[in-house]
Amino acid sequence: MYELKSLDKKFPGVHALKAIDFHIKRGEIVGLVGENGAGKSTLMKVIYGAYQPDGGQILINGDAVRFANPRQAMEKGIGMVFQEQSLIPNLTVMENIFLGYEQQFVRLGVINWKEMAKAAKAQLAKVKLDIDPSTVTSKLSFAQRQLVELAKVLTLEERVDGDLVILLDEPTSVLSKDEVELLFKLVRELVTRASFIFVSHRMDEVMELSDRIYVMKDGQVVDVVERGGGGADAESIQHKMVGRNVDKQYYREQLQKPYDPSRVLVEMSGIDLPGRTKDISLRLHAGEVLCLVGTEGSGREAILRAIYGMLSPTGGRLKIKGREVRTYSPRQSVGLGVGYVPRERKIEGIVAGMNVYENMTLSQLKKHSTASVLQVRKERALAREWIRKLSIKAHSELADCGNLSGGNQQKVVLAKWRSAGADIMLLDHPTRGLDIGAKEDVYEMIRAMSDAGVGIVLVADTLEEAIGLSHTIVVVKDGRIQKRFDCVPGAKPSLYDLLHYMI
Amino acid sequence: MTRPISRETLIKWAPLLVLIALVIFFTVLNPTFFSARNFARIASASAPALMVAVGVTFIIIMGSIDLSMEGVISLTAVLFSFAFIKLGGTLLGTAWLALPLILIIGGLIGFLNGLVHVKLRVPSFMASLAMGFVGTGAAILITGGDIVRVSDPAFRGLLTVRWLGFPLMVYVAAVFLIVAWFIQEHTRLGRNFYAVGGGEELAHASGLDVSRVRIAGFALAGVFYAIAAVLVVARIGQAESVTGSNFMFVSITSVVVGGVALWGGIGGVWNALIGVLIVGVINNGMVVIGLPDFLQDGVLGLLVILAVVLSTDRKLVSFVK
Repeated sequence: MYELKSLDKKFPGVHALKAIDFHIKRGEIVGLVGENGAGKSTLMKVIYGAYQPDGGQILINGDAVRFANPRQAMEKGIGMVFQEQSLIPNLTVMENIFLGYEQQFVRLGVINWKEMAKAAKAQLAKVKLDIDPSTVTSKLSFAQRQLVELAKVLTLEERVDGDLVILLDEPTSVLSKDEVELLFKLVRELVTRASFIFVSHRMDEVMELSDRIYVMKDGQVVDVVERGGGGADAESIQHKMVGRNVDKQYYREQLQKPYDPSRVLVEMSGIDLPGRTKDISLRLHAGEVLCLVGTEGSGREAILRAIYGMLSPTGGRLKIKGREVRTYSPRQSVGLGVGYVPRERKIEGIVAGMNVYENMTLSQLKKHSTASVLQVRKERALAREWIRKLSIKAHSELADCGNLSGGNQQKVVLAKWRSAGADIMLLDHPTRGLDIGAKEDVYEMIRAMSDAGVGIVLVADTLEEAIGLSHTIVVVKDGRIQKRFDCVPGAKPSLYDLLHYMI
Repeated sequence: MTRPISRETLIKWAPLLVLIALVIFFTVLNPTFFSARNFARIASASAPALMVAVGVTFIIIMGSIDLSMEGVISLTAVLFSFAFIKLGGTLLGTAWLALPLILIIGGLIGFLNGLVHVKLRVPSFMASLAMGFVGTGAAILITGGDIVRVSDPAFRGLLTVRWLGFPLMVYVAAVFLIVAWFIQEHTRLGRNFYAVGGGEELAHASGLDVSRVRIAGFALAGVFYAIAAVLVVARIGQAESVTGSNFMFVSITSVVVGGVALWGGIGGVWNALIGVLIVGVINNGMVVIGLPDFLQDGVLGLLVILAVVLSTDRKLVSFVK
């Protein structure tokens, strides 16, 4: 029913989509996978009407259509559930659901809230969410908000005659395991109401949910895999995506070398933090990858932020390179050679609008200036060097960081600290939202840093990642250290070992 | 090969195109507009406004706003005039000391402004607006409502001595514009302004002392307001408590028309220059084509809206607050 025929999209200098053929039938779930920069998001944007194609056709039930904006696409039954959630946090759930479509509840110029609440309740029932529709959205959990978003898109059902196509952009990236299962169950039930296009980085999820998977690479569909057909296993799909195998050496375990126990970089003794994190004692050595493992809210991030000086302990002692820290500020930690790669790349990682070299030297402007006058030529040379070293994909050091892909942004952030000579690196979910290729690059960089004697504190995205990468794992639960594991290659703890102490 | 001009290029140059269009427009209506004499007039009228606009550009790049300019200019103009007279009253004597002195005072007022904003955590909008009123009030207090005249010929030479047809004050403004550009492009402080405007949390997480950058920004703006005050006194030969009036509208408008984004991080002193010239050309053009006095303010307002529409990129923001 929905079809794309040899669709083309060009941006200045980039041929983003090349002759894409795509179709989805009523009640189907179609997966869309590809590395960052493969053209997934551009394709999504064309489908939901944010971009207009430069060539090819969009057909709905055989008729060619053209959308000038997302609203027109919605009127043809194409809805989008955004990855960055698009609900307005200070409005109530029902106001969000009917945002822009309040007219149906208006009597004599006044909104009939009761009627809207009733209608919202009906929409929420579709996604099996039992909450009061007059709750302010910011009070909901992430998973709940995702469902509200889905409910909002499902209002199209009443508004549109034809069939619905709903795009799910990375819907699972912020959900826990149970929540993901609930969502999948729901989507499977909802196929009676709509067709779904599902985009995710997690191959297992795409495999589990989709009837058909489109594999994209460099703006082209390189393969279409039917469920149960040939090549329908994660490894071969990943191979097509990146053009290489993801094998057992994924986490570069063979490159893991013992750390230097004689050089202690960070020493926490009996640190108490605001909140419930108490009595944290740990040591980070040169060349060590120390992984903090725990559930969300267990206190892993708090420990990280304390080392970086963004959180002041209420008790205990922190020594960085043998020097006792008395006042806590990022400024001081940076001065001691601490680098921080935050989880929220867009908020704390890079400045969009500033170019690559400006971002890289931001934390070390002192080094690149004499009497506070910048030596731009040296800055640019440094940036060029790191662009080459980390093979950052940017047309030059003058490229706007906001336009780089997630992986390349992350490389810029890492380069920023490494080029400044930071030898204590704090990595908070450094691979979050990255595709496999970019993840591997990050793993490679972690190993290289560790070889160079940098001490790394890592909060990993997955347990596998934590086990694969670390020399030492510290399990945190409810703000306390539960257990410390040594992870010698070949004798690493299992997932089960860790889970036992986490939950 | 003909290549369609990209959106970005167009946006970048839009303010300049608007300026050129305005010049052509007024020249067509009255050819005397396009003369060296008239350009000199526009330039000398714009010189003080340019200094104010440059000062406030730094603040806007940081994503803040400074509305203290009117009070600061009045106060520094009055203080400058008093100091100048007290120190002998002629530039050829010791009265030149009043120049560095007033720049320092301007900086101090800005510094205070920044302190109130950062340390007391008052929004910059409110802190600076209040500081502006304090400035005006102080100026009234000092002058007792009188006008202070500065008639030293050497000092007024800034206006009367011409070089290539333009008064000296135009060159003074040009020099400080270049200084501002240097600060923007080639100093840590300038880079830090962009970092704070582009992402304050990130700047903090990169180990920048954001408070210090902000306070420094306000102090720097204060210095530029003081320069503006000196140029105003040179231009009209007197200072009083209303010397600074009108500069708020002119400078903020210029900065926005010139293409500096009010949400921070985008634009720079060249945008301020183009913006000031746009507003200057509109102001002057209306006189040259003989628009009645009582219509000028209204028309200026309308033309400014038109100029903003034509010269700024509003597509980036879905909601213009």
